[in-house]
Amino acid sequence: MQWEVVIGLEVHAQLSTQSKIFSTASTAFGAAPNTQTAVVDIALPGALPVMNKAAVEKAIRFGLAVNADINRKSVFARKNYFYPDLPKGYQISQFELPVVEHGAITLRVEPPKGEAYDKVVNLTRAHLEEDAGKSLHEDFHGMSGIDLNRAGTPLLEIVSEPEMRSAAEAVAYAKALYSIVTWIGICDGNMQEGSFRCDANVSVRPVGKAEFGTRREIKNLNSFKFLEQAINYEVRWQIDQIEDGHKIVQATVLFDPDTGETRMMRTKEDAHDYRYFPDPDLPPLMIDDAWIERIKGEMPELPAAMKTRFESQYGLSAYDAGTLTASKATAAYFEAAVAAGADAKLAANWIMGEISAQLNREEKTIADCPVSAERLALMIKRIADSTINNKSAKDVLRWMWESAKSADELIAEHGLKQETDSGAIEALIDGVLAANAAMVEEFKSGKEKAFNALVGQCMKAAKGKAPPAVVNEILKKKLG
Amino acid sequence: MLNNTLKQLSARLAAKEVSAVELATEYLARIELLNPRLNAFITVDREKTLAEAQTADALRAAGNAGLLTGVPLAHKDIFCQQGWKTSCGSKMLDNFISPYDAHIIEQCRKAGLVTLGRANMDEFAMGSSNENSAYGPVRNPWDVNAIPGGSSGGSAAAVAARLAPAATATDTGGSIRQPAAFCGVTGIKPTYGVVSRFGMVAFASSLDQGGPIATTAEDCALLLNVMAGYDERDSTSLERTKEDYTRDLAQPLTGLKIGLPKEYFAEGLAADVAQAIEAAIAEYKKLGAEVVEVSLPNTKLAIPSYYVIAPAEASSNLSRFDGVRYGHRAAEYSGLADMYEKSRAEGFGWEVKRRILTGTYVLSHGYYDAYYLQAQKIRRIIADDFQKAFAQCDVIMGPVAPTTAWNLGEKSDDPVAMYLEDIYTLGVNLAGLPGMSVPVGFGKSVDGKAGRPVGLQIIGNYFSEAKMLNVAHQLQQVTDWHTRAPAL
Repeated sequence: MQWEVVIGLEVHAQLSTQSKIFSTASTAFGAAPNTQTAVVDIALPGALPVMNKAAVEKAIRFGLAVNADINRKSVFARKNYFYPDLPKGYQISQFELPVVEHGAITLRVEPPKGEAYDKVVNLTRAHLEEDAGKSLHEDFHGMSGIDLNRAGTPLLEIVSEPEMRSAAEAVAYAKALYSIVTWIGICDGNMQEGSFRCDANVSVRPVGKAEFGTRREIKNLNSFKFLEQAINYEVRWQIDQIEDGHKIVQATVLFDPDTGETRMMRTKEDAHDYRYFPDPDLPPLMIDDAWIERIKGEMPELPAAMKTRFESQYGLSAYDAGTLTASKATAAYFEAAVAAGADAKLAANWIMGEISAQLNREEKTIADCPVSAERLALMIKRIADSTINNKSAKDVLRWMWESAKSADELIAEHGLKQETDSGAIEALIDGVLAANAAMVEEFKSGKEKAFNALVGQCMKAAKGKAPPAVVNEILKKKLG
Repeated sequence: MLNNTLKQLSARLAAKEVSAVELATEYLARIELLNPRLNAFITVDREKTLAEAQTADALRAAGNAGLLTGVPLAHKDIFCQQGWKTSCGSKMLDNFISPYDAHIIEQCRKAGLVTLGRANMDEFAMGSSNENSAYGPVRNPWDVNAIPGGSSGGSAAAVAARLAPAATATDTGGSIRQPAAFCGVTGIKPTYGVVSRFGMVAFASSLDQGGPIATTAEDCALLLNVMAGYDERDSTSLERTKEDYTRDLAQPLTGLKIGLPKEYFAEGLAADVAQAIEAAIAEYKKLGAEVVEVSLPNTKLAIPSYYVIAPAEASSNLSRFDGVRYGHRAAEYSGLADMYEKSRAEGFGWEVKRRILTGTYVLSHGYYDAYYLQAQKIRRIIADDFQKAFAQCDVIMGPVAPTTAWNLGEKSDDPVAMYLEDIYTLGVNLAGLPGMSVPVGFGKSVDGKAGRPVGLQIIGNYFSEAKMLNVAHQLQQVTDWHTRAPAL
């Protein structure tokens, strides 16, 4: 039987606010346990939550970025359950009326087999909520430690429609979402620190069947690689189960990166009754048009719009424009290089090629690139004006990477300047022709290969410093 | 001295007739003498009190005293107060020393008021008799075999017995007004949002409101000046210009329209209570007021609506008491669930457990619409009823409770009978309106014991506290019920 995979994603993006969603405590990562906790974060008796407007602004930004509806009125609700790292015994979240609804994002899917394609994924909603603290089960001699520094950190939970049909689509969706939230500056995107975590709802059904199969939810995937592995494993497992005559039971599962397998955490039967009800401590969140308009005015150009502009303004291919606009920092780097005088196509090639490769080798991002866009631009200018060729340029870039020297300094230091005086090149060619009369004869008798040999001789004579195009041109002229 | 009002004490302090330390010492001595009989205080800390009094005296000596600097008062044990045990009447918080001040405490501190101690109360403010305290019941100073009312029973009893000239209190369903009525003192629950709930241990967040209990309406106005005001730490606190609640005290009542809801004088109201209320209304007529009959047709629905909403919110509010970070934790347990179960089973009393269970039930999947949402609808209808009534009158008057204080133990096995006693007070909380209790005479207990105080309830429209205090104050100019103190 042919199976169709159905995936919906719930992504928790940590909003990059200075203070927590309902208190004035700092959200900075890595402080000593329980030092970043206001009375409401420890849930002392009598403590009350106060909405952090900065978190709301970031939710509005997201809504605008994905063309969603921003609800003028949304409501905070309490999700009640007991857990030691949930100090109030309830999480403040949004239930019936979320701040953002609908909207869609377009993604580029690159399946392992077959051609890349675009896909639109619709969003169900995005709502504000607070994060819980952390339970630490090691180092306490059989007891557990609780760190509430993270408790109350603002999260935007972004829920997609179950519209993805493969792990590749789910990963492409997660990456596109990641790009948006980091692009618009609402999330720092640090996945190791848990700033961007995915829950994947996965089910399978026979191709052509309208109803969904029973889903299992894979919790807390904090890397794109794990997301892909977990879904692929889960899909295989579900198909095997059904083909072996078993039924899928709705459940929450965890992915173990060490084994590459998912394992059951709890079934629907032992799921909580969260007893949601509107939080009486927080009035409904009201957002007026003026607020939305103000944020609209502060929105950066979004990746899709920038990609289109790169194609028309710089004459880049769709692929190049897409790659450069995959991250805001890369796009900014590219535009800075062009602004500093670099040819756009050359700049695109160098950024996507040598620079990106070197950054990958060093596990750095473009923000940490030791060669500034301005320094790169000068080097590209020297390629464009034939001062150096591509081969020398690679050396120059490597040296720039390791020093603060400019391309011009390095070219002079290493004597890489190409001969650009056509008179001098002509004299050099004349010498080569005179010394290789036999080859000239061979060429004239119709052996095309002899031309390449003569070019080689010329380049050798020029010690690589004559632009091959110029040599070619003069040689052709001379050989008539 | 101990019969002085806040206003008189303030004048004496200003005239340097007495120091804050002397005043505190005198009250502490009376507490020491009478508290063993009344159990109005959970915590008394002489050193802390005297230190506060010394600070107040120093402020006065330096010429930095405010109107109430050096005046002592008791705080209901529901307000977090730095360095003081804040038990909320519960074993759950018996070991909880608050690391921070509630807004009310902060305001009192700023005004130079001196803490006499922490007043007993029904556990987590759940109760109408103060028999639900983990620290034992409070006794009514008018008859130690009677209940003082609840949940602010300690606050009301302390003021009635002159163990404190005033006290802070809270009112979720009548917890200021009913004990004030049963103890023959004056109390006001302000409009919801006028007094910040920051640092007030939450029972039912959408209903809870702090306020003062004192012997006179004027003293209540003075204290409300201290307690009220916008606080950005409470999102339900209302951003309004600061008011002087004493400003209208002296206004004559000529032409005042008093609405008497017929449902408040119907079956179930004890005859002696009705008589005292009617006598007070007669006084108001003499003061130039007019009386109109109004209707609050859904009065009876206030009880089921309240007893769904309040427990629902409480069930969630009390989840934080889990034995993890502070408060009671069972000595022995096996695993997490067992720790929760044992700690909460041991830490909470029966009434609290009953309400947590009720609240959990009404919020459960499949019951939410039928109970919680329905109760919220009734709540809106009740608020609308009040607005219709206020179209016809300036203030609404009636009894605070259908009977006088009952005897200790009389209703403690019958929670529903106890809930029914709240019939006249709940609507005010559900609607978020301000309500007051003013002493207007005495009635009898069910078994015929005389000398049980009766309270007149005054209900005003939103933010009409100054008017209500004026109305109460004018009555206190022509009657002397508020000056009567029990013989102890």
